[in-house]
Amino acid sequence: MTNATAAIEARGLGKRYGRRWALADCTVSIPAGHVAGLVGPNAAGKTTLISLATGMLRPTAGTVEVFGGKPASGPDQLARVGYVAQDTPVYDGLSVADHLRLGAHLNPRWDAALARRRIGQLGLDPKQKAGALSGGQRAQLALTVALAKRPELLILDEPIASLDPRARREFLQVLMDAVAEQELSVLLSSHQVADLERVSDYLIVLIASRVRIEGEVDELLATHHLLTGPRRDAASLPASQQIITESHTGRQSTFLVRTSEPVIDPAWTVEPVSLEDLVLAYLGHTAGSAQGHMLEVHQ
Amino acid sequence: MIWLTWRQFRPQAITAAIALAVVAILVAATRPGLANGYAAAGLPTCHANCGTIASTFLDRIGNFDHILFYGSAFLMYLAPAVMGLFWGAPLIAREVEAGTHRIAWNQSVTRTRWTLVKLGLVGLAAVATAGLLSLMVTWWASPIDAASLLGGSAQAAAAGGHGVHVSFSGFAEARLDPVIFDARGVAPLGYAAFAFVLGVAAGTVLLRRTLAAMALTLVVFVVVQVLMPNFVRPHLLPPARFTAPLSSQHGPVNVNAASGVAYIQLTAPFAKPGAWVLSDIVITPSGAEPSNVIMTPAGPELTTMPRACVPAPGSGINPVACGNTLAAMHLRQSVSYQPASRFWPLQWIETGIYLVLAAGLGWLCVWQVRRRRAP
Repeated sequence: MTNATAAIEARGLGKRYGRRWALADCTVSIPAGHVAGLVGPNAAGKTTLISLATGMLRPTAGTVEVFGGKPASGPDQLARVGYVAQDTPVYDGLSVADHLRLGAHLNPRWDAALARRRIGQLGLDPKQKAGALSGGQRAQLALTVALAKRPELLILDEPIASLDPRARREFLQVLMDAVAEQELSVLLSSHQVADLERVSDYLIVLIASRVRIEGEVDELLATHHLLTGPRRDAASLPASQQIITESHTGRQSTFLVRTSEPVIDPAWTVEPVSLEDLVLAYLGHTAGSAQGHMLEVHQ
Repeated sequence: MIWLTWRQFRPQAITAAIALAVVAILVAATRPGLANGYAAAGLPTCHANCGTIASTFLDRIGNFDHILFYGSAFLMYLAPAVMGLFWGAPLIAREVEAGTHRIAWNQSVTRTRWTLVKLGLVGLAAVATAGLLSLMVTWWASPIDAASLLGGSAQAAAAGGHGVHVSFSGFAEARLDPVIFDARGVAPLGYAAFAFVLGVAAGTVLLRRTLAAMALTLVVFVVVQVLMPNFVRPHLLPPARFTAPLSSQHGPVNVNAASGVAYIQLTAPFAKPGAWVLSDIVITPSGAEPSNVIMTPAGPELTTMPRACVPAPGSGINPVACGNTLAAMHLRQSVSYQPASRFWPLQWIETGIYLVLAAGLGWLCVWQVRRRRAP
C-alpha cells in the first residue's frame, strides 16, 4: 500500500486527553475508492480518529495523511475532503439557499447544479431557515454541502445516529447514489453494524481506543469461519487458525476463527459469519460483555 | 469568506444602522437650536467679555440638551463595550459553541483566512460605527465645547486667576477632561477596535463559552478604560509644569460656617484655560507641602491663622502685617498639567496605542484558532 493510493494513512496515530488515550497506536491504511465503515462502541475513539483525519484535532503521537497530505494544511488539501460532522451541524440562522451560497463562495470546485438538484430532489424549500429543518433534513443539507464541494474523500461521523429509520435509509440511499455517481472514497463511522453492512466494502473496528481489525469486507468474511463440532480444547486447533471467540457446552464446541487457509478438519461443521456477528465477536473477544452491550444490535 | 462574514453579521449591522439613524435624527433635530443659541449670543464674533457671554449661553441651555450632552458622552463610552461584547466575543466562540466551526473549517478556506476576514470586516464595521458616532457627537457638542473653553478662561480671570476645573452649568470645562476626552475625536475609534478584538480574543481563549467570554471582555475593557486616563494618559506626553509664588496679597478671611474656624483664602496664580490639571499643590521653599494648606475647588486655603492675620478686636486685620507674614512664608503653587493644545496629539497617541493593542490581540486570535483544535 503506497501513499498514492491510500485515502487515509495513519501510522502510530494517537491522541491523549490528560492521562487518557482517546486513540492509541492506530495504524490504518484505507485505500482510495472504498466506502470504509468505521465501527466501534461509543467512546471507542471513532470521532477522535475522524477529527484527526479532518485536521480538527492534532495528534499527540504518530501521523495521519489524507491522499499523502497533512489534513487541513491548505486550501487545496481542504478542497479534497468533504466532512459531515457528528450531529450534522448547520447554521440555524441561515436558509437552505444561504448554505448553498456559502458552499459556492468557499469552494473553488463547487458544483452548484448538483447542489440545486439535490435540494430539489429532497424537496427542501430553499428559503427555509436551517434551524427549522428536521434532523433528517439537516443531515441531508449537510451532506449536500459536503457533496457539492466535489471532494475526493467524504468523511461522515455518525451522520445517521440521531435519525429515525426512514431518514436513515434515505440518507444512506443518497450517499450511495452519490458514491456511484462521483467516484468518491468514503469513511463513514457508526456504532450500528447494520448500517455499515449495507454500504461498506471496507471495515475498521475500533475498540477501546485501538484498531482491532481492518480490511476489505469480502476478505474479512472469507477468512472468518464459525466452526461447530465435538467438544475439544482450543489448543488443539492448528496454529494457522486464530481464535476470535470460543464457547463450549457439555459435548459441543463452537469457535470463530480467522484463517486464510481452508478448514479441512472433517469433524467441523463450517459456517460463514455475517459482518454483524463478526464485529460482535471481536467486541466480546476484546473487552468482555460490558462493551459488547454498548454496541447497538440491529433489531 | 467575505460573503459569509457579511451574511452572518447582517442582523448586527442592521441593528447598528438603526441605532446610528436614531442618533442622527436626535442630532439633526437638536443641533440647530444649540448652534442658533451660540450665534445669537454673539460668541462666533466676540472679542471682549467672551467668558460672560459664554456663561450666559451655557446658562440658557435647556435640560433636554443637558441630558443629551451627558447621554451622548455615556453613549460614547458604552458603544465600544457593546461592540466588544456582542460583536467580538461571539464571533468565534459562538461558532464553536454551536458546532458550526466544523462546517466553516472544512470548506476550502484555511482557518487563518477565515479568522482574518471575520476580524477584518466586523472590526472595520465596529471602527466605522464608533467613527460615525464620534463625528456626530463631536459636531453636536461643538458649541458647548467651544463656549466652555471661552467661559472657563473668562471666569478664571474674574475669579482672580484661578482656573482649575471650573465648570459652568454643570458642563465639564476642557476637552482634555477625561469625561469629554473619551467621547470626542478619534480616540473612540481606537477604543472600538480594541474592545472588538478583545472580545474576539476572549472568545478564542474561552472557546464554547460565549457568555464567559462576554463577561471577560467587559471586565478587561472597563479596567483598561479606568487605567488609561488615570495612569497612562497623563504621562503620554511629559506634563507641563507651572510654579509661581502665591500672591502675597492676602485673600478674604473667612469663617467656616459649620465649624466656626477661620481660614484665609489664598490666591493661586495658575490660569491656563482648557488645561488638564494633573496635580495642583502648594509648596514651601524646601519643596514640602505645608500641612496647614488645603486645596479646595475655590483654591488653596490656609487653615491656621498667622497671628498677624487674626483680626484685632475693634480694628480688624492689619493688611500690611498680615500680607508680610504671608509673603514671608514663600508659599508657591506647583501645577503639573497637560495644556489644552495637546488635545489632538494626545488623541492620536492614545488611538495609536489602542490600535497596536488591537493588532496584538488580533494576532492572538489567529494563533489561538490555528492552535486550538476543537472536534
